[in-house]
Amino acid sequence: MGLMDQVELPQPVKYVFNWGRKYSLWCFNFGLACCAIEFIAASTSRHDFIRHGVIPFAHGPRQADLLVVSGTLTDKMAPSVKRLYEEMPEPKYVISFGSCANCGGPYWDSYSVTKGVDQIIPVDVYVPGCPPRPEALLDGIIALQDRIQGESLKDRIAGRRLDPITLGADAPLAIEGATGGASGGPT
Amino acid sequence: MSDLSTRERIHPGTAPGEDFHLEIIGDGDFDTAEMSLSIGPAHPATHGVFRIVLDMDGERVIGARPVIGYMHRGFEKLAEYRDFRQIMALVNRHDWLSGFSNELGVALAVEQMLEMEVPDRAQWIRMLIAEWNRVLNHLMFIGSFAIELGAITPMFYAFREREDIQHLLESATGGRLHFTYNQPGGLKIDLPKGFMQQSVDLLAQLRKRTPDFTDLILGNEIFQARTKGVGPLPADVALSYGVTGPTLHATGVPEDSRVTEPYLKYDEVDVHVPLGENGDSFDRFSCLLGRIDASLDIIQQIHDHMPAGPVNQKLPKMVKAPEGSTYVRTENPLGQLGYWLESDGGRTPWRLKMRTPSFSNVQAIPYLLNGVLVPDAVAVLGSVFFVVGDIDR
Repeated sequence: MGLMDQVELPQPVKYVFNWGRKYSLWCFNFGLACCAIEFIAASTSRHDFIRHGVIPFAHGPRQADLLVVSGTLTDKMAPSVKRLYEEMPEPKYVISFGSCANCGGPYWDSYSVTKGVDQIIPVDVYVPGCPPRPEALLDGIIALQDRIQGESLKDRIAGRRLDPITLGADAPLAIEGATGGASGGPT
Repeated sequence: MSDLSTRERIHPGTAPGEDFHLEIIGDGDFDTAEMSLSIGPAHPATHGVFRIVLDMDGERVIGARPVIGYMHRGFEKLAEYRDFRQIMALVNRHDWLSGFSNELGVALAVEQMLEMEVPDRAQWIRMLIAEWNRVLNHLMFIGSFAIELGAITPMFYAFREREDIQHLLESATGGRLHFTYNQPGGLKIDLPKGFMQQSVDLLAQLRKRTPDFTDLILGNEIFQARTKGVGPLPADVALSYGVTGPTLHATGVPEDSRVTEPYLKYDEVDVHVPLGENGDSFDRFSCLLGRIDASLDIIQQIHDHMPAGPVNQKLPKMVKAPEGSTYVRTENPLGQLGYWLESDGGRTPWRLKMRTPSFSNVQAIPYLLNGVLVPDAVAVLGSVFFVVGDIDR
């Protein structure tokens, strides 16, 4: 990374730098189950997260900044997710999209389901819902972008992460009138 | 090595019976090393986490082994720990594109065991939602198949309609993908006020827009070149693998539970089953498109028939199915879905066995992929319509 991980950038440079980073998140969708359909819905015309600068056409994990794990993670699948995550270059972000990726969801008592993707990779934003509405994904993206804006890249690369954001848990939803998927009402 | 003739091996795109003039230099044979190519589990061409290992001779597939189980979530075991109402929220997730049709099968099975009479209106509403769900499912496959062949635009068209239908169904059920609208004996609640009018309007809108798909995709020269004569499936092979749904209809076999073994009120409406001739990728896709129109026709008839009345029955606090077993099969969007439900008289099923259409359909993939090129393999995989959760349960 050269200088970035050595020195703290001066505030104006940091601002511009982070502003550029947050609006060009190349996104690698790890579509596993039902939530992947809502992810696709969020990328098509009605919801369209490309207007937020999230580009869902990363050719692979090596070109991606953001990993969206959408759907049920099974024990058989888990090594692949870990490997793809490790292939991504720093600084990298993870959105856990849907209850299954958060904690196992409706399969909390299943013998073959990993109870949350955070057991194998660190997560930045949890989006609850089964499946969450596309608006909830937009909300998660905006929450992540807010975090990137204020972030110190030096800390990030050094592995000093902030606590993950859980949508709907403490902060009010960013989009007016959005409901947090099946698990939450309007806040 | 493959058992194909040299000519066929050198020019793989030849459709059966088609004559090709190809100048062969030398004796026409050359040695290649076999290699194994693993596609998936995370690969854009296999929509979902379907993994397939291809044995390759040059660029030609000589053997294919689907590796399933990446989405195994243990539905059958989990169902033994959910009571008969909770199962609905579980089973609509195994085939996530046809949530309503899945829960309908379990509801019918429980009702059969309880010998329950379901009110007429509930049965008609179930049909209405099930047919809308079928359209939703097929629209998704129109988009994804086109994307796999390299065309992005149909996806946006398909999702424009999908959002409208999901908005309609959400107003009645509260869900966009997983409706959880059934309960033993009927539906959870009646349709909201104004739903029927919205449904009629949406039907008119879709009637106007479905020709777009036909013009956009079926008439496209590239699409035809990529799919015509690719992966033909003979009817007897399809039947021996237990293939159902549009994949079977493309071979010319008109097997559809709505016609042959009507459930709900399907005997009171005309169900048109579009059929293909060659069973190739093109036919499979055009059957899928035809089924959208057929479903819209059924929805039209349901609008004309919709009776008034109650939509459910008063249920006891705990629904307990009597001891015994039953098998119910319904026509899911992707094929025939069967639930074998056995109860020991308790509050949960003793065993719930699923016969899912995707699982049976992918069994034909090794047969279909034998001898095709890698780019054609994508066209074959995309046209054997499956949902990974429905394969692995």
